[in-house]
Amino acid sequence: MTKNKIRVLVGKPGLDGHDHGAKVVVRALMDAGFEVIYTGLRKTPRQIAEAAANENVDVIGLSSMAGSHIPFCEKLKPLLKEYGLEDKLWIIGGNVPVKDHDVLQKIGIDAIFPTGSHFEDIIDYIKNRYRQLA
Amino acid sequence: MTQDKIINESGIEVKALYTQEDVDASGGIEMVGLPGEYPFTRGIHKEMYRKRPWTMRQYTGFANAKDTNERFHYLIENGQTGLNVAFDLPTQTGLDTDDPMAEGEVGRVGMAVDTLRDFEIAFDGIDLEKITVSLTINGSAAILIAMYLAMAEKRGYDVAKLRGTAQNDILKEFIGRGTWIFPVEPSIKLVGDTIEYCAKNAPKYSPVSVCGYHIRESGATPEQEMAYAFCIAKAYADDMLKRGLHIDEFAGRLSYNFNIFGNIFEQVAKFRAGRGLWAKIIKEDYGAKDPKSMWLRMIAAGGGGGLTIEQPENNIVRGAYYALISALSGAQTMALCCFDEAYTIPSEYAQRISLRTMQLLIEEMGLCETVDPLAGSYYVETMTNEMRKKMEETMAEVEAEGGIVKMVSEGTIQSKVSAQAFEMQKNLQSGAFPKVGVNCYKIDQEENEVEFHPYDTKDADQQIENLNAVKAERSQTEVDRTLAMVKAAAEADDNVMPAIVEAVKAYATVGEITKKLVEVYGYYQEPIRF
Repeated sequence: MTKNKIRVLVGKPGLDGHDHGAKVVVRALMDAGFEVIYTGLRKTPRQIAEAAANENVDVIGLSSMAGSHIPFCEKLKPLLKEYGLEDKLWIIGGNVPVKDHDVLQKIGIDAIFPTGSHFEDIIDYIKNRYRQLA
Repeated sequence: MTQDKIINESGIEVKALYTQEDVDASGGIEMVGLPGEYPFTRGIHKEMYRKRPWTMRQYTGFANAKDTNERFHYLIENGQTGLNVAFDLPTQTGLDTDDPMAEGEVGRVGMAVDTLRDFEIAFDGIDLEKITVSLTINGSAAILIAMYLAMAEKRGYDVAKLRGTAQNDILKEFIGRGTWIFPVEPSIKLVGDTIEYCAKNAPKYSPVSVCGYHIRESGATPEQEMAYAFCIAKAYADDMLKRGLHIDEFAGRLSYNFNIFGNIFEQVAKFRAGRGLWAKIIKEDYGAKDPKSMWLRMIAAGGGGGLTIEQPENNIVRGAYYALISALSGAQTMALCCFDEAYTIPSEYAQRISLRTMQLLIEEMGLCETVDPLAGSYYVETMTNEMRKKMEETMAEVEAEGGIVKMVSEGTIQSKVSAQAFEMQKNLQSGAFPKVGVNCYKIDQEENEVEFHPYDTKDADQQIENLNAVKAERSQTEVDRTLAMVKAAAEADDNVMPAIVEAVKAYATVGEITKKLVEVYGYYQEPIRF
C-alpha cells in the first residue's frame, strides 16, 4: 500500500475528437483510486509534456483513435526527456493496430491497450509497474 | 432463456406479449395517422420508397481531392445515389495543410481541403443535380458550405436550385466528436448565419443536419439521442426567430442524422415516435403552417457504436440488420459503417459490401413495397408511444436545467453521457450487456484479415505543394480585401456568409478565414467535468 495516490495523466493528442474512450478510462482509473488529470482534446506534444511535468504525474497515458499515434509519439519522446519525464510510465490506448506496436515500443511506450482492453488490465498494469518502480 | 424483467436501453420495460390493451393504455393510435399527413409518424411522404428508395450515401474521403474524386466515381458507378464527404482533421478544425498542428494528420481520416481548388478537383465530372452531396463538416462548416456553393456556381449551376446538405451541427460537436473551433455562442451564431444565408440564397440546400448520432456514440440512450437532438435543433430555430425569420422560412431545410445500432424494435419505435414528436413541436410550439416544416427528414445510418473490432466479419451481418432498421423506419438517406471501419478507412471492397447490403433490401427483400410495414403491431405501436413520452420527459429535464446551450457550455450534458458510457462499458466487460465476439462467443486467436488503408506522408507533401501553387496564382490583394471583409462582418455581428463566399472565391484558405474569425470570436475552452 502506497501512502500517496498514483497520479495519472490522460491526454488526447493531436486533432482527434473522439473522447468517449478517454473519458471512460478516466472514470475507471478514478474509481480504482488513482488521481487522474484529463487534458481535454487537441493537445500538442509540448502541452502534454508540460501538463505531465506540472502535475507531477507517475503515468502518462495517451488516447488515440484517429491514426496519428506514431508521429505524435515521435514528437513527444524528446519532450519527455526535456521535461525530465523519462522515468515515468508511458502508456497508450485506443485504435492502435497490432502492426504499429513494435514501432511504438521502440519509441519507448511501455504498454499498449488497444480498443477492447479491459479496465482491470490497465489498472493492474499500472499498479504492478508502479510498485516495481517505487 | 427467460428473464423476469427486461428493460431496453431507453429504460422502458419490454413485456413478453403485447395486445390491443397495451396500445390503448399507452395512448392509443392518436399519433399514428397516415404517411404524408400530420403528425407524420408513419413517414413524411405518402408513398415513401414506393416512389423512390432511400438515398445511398456512404461516408467517403481520404488523402487528397484527386484520390477522393476517384472513389466518388467508383461508388457512383456501383449504384450509389449520393455522396457523403469525409474531411481530414485539419480541415475539420480550420487548419491549413501547412499548419504545424496539422503535421501527421493531413489526409488521414478524410480529404484535405485548403482552397476552392480542392473542391473543383474533388467534384470534377460529378453531376451535382443528379448526385446530391453531403458535407460532413462542422467547426469550419460556414467556409466549406461557401466553397461548395462557389464551386457549383463556377460550374454553371444555379445556386438557387442547388440541393445538398452540410452536417454543420456544432452543439453536438461539444458533446461528442470534438471538432469545435470557436466558443459556444459564436459557434451557434455561425450556424445561424449559414441557415439564414441559405434560406435567402440557396433555399433548396439543407445547411444543417442535426445529429443525435454522435451523442448516442458518446453514451446517450436511443431516446436521449433523439430528445437531445431536438433540443439542439430548437436552439438553432430560436436563433433564427430572433433574427426575424418565420419558422416556415427555414424549418423545411433542417434535417437530422440518427444512429441505427441497438434493439431493432426500440430503434424503429424511436424513429416513428421522433417523427410525430418533431412535427408536433414545430406545429404547436413554433406555429408552422407549411407541412414541410414539420417533416423530420433524416439520414438514419452508421451504426459505428454497434460494430466491434473483434471478429470484424460479424460487422457485415450487423450492418445488414442496421440497414433493415433504417428501411423499416422510413429514413430518407442511409449509409452504413463498413465492417473494417473500426480499424481503418474502408476499402473499396468493404464499401461495396455496404452498398450491396442496401441494394439487397431494395431489390430482393421487398422493403420498398409498402409504407411503414410495422405499423399496427401491438408491440411497435406501444413502444412508439412510450418512446415519445420518454423523449418528452428528457426534453423537459433539459429545459428544467436551463436548456441545452447552458448544459453544453457548462459541460453537464457531456458529463452525463460519459457517465452512462462508463456504465455501459462496465456492463460490456462484465457480460451483463451481451455483445457477440466481445463478451460471448469469443474466439481465442483473432484472425485479423482486415486490409489497412495506407497512409502516405507524400500525400501531405503533395497537398502542401498544391496549396503553394494556388497561393502563387491567386491575387493577394483580393485575398487581403475579402479576408478584411470577413473580419469586419464578424466584428459588426453581421452575417459573415457573404464575405466568406467572396473570400473562398478569391482562393483564401480554410486556415486564413478561420484565423480572421478567431481574431473576433476566440477559441473554445473545453469544460472538464467528471
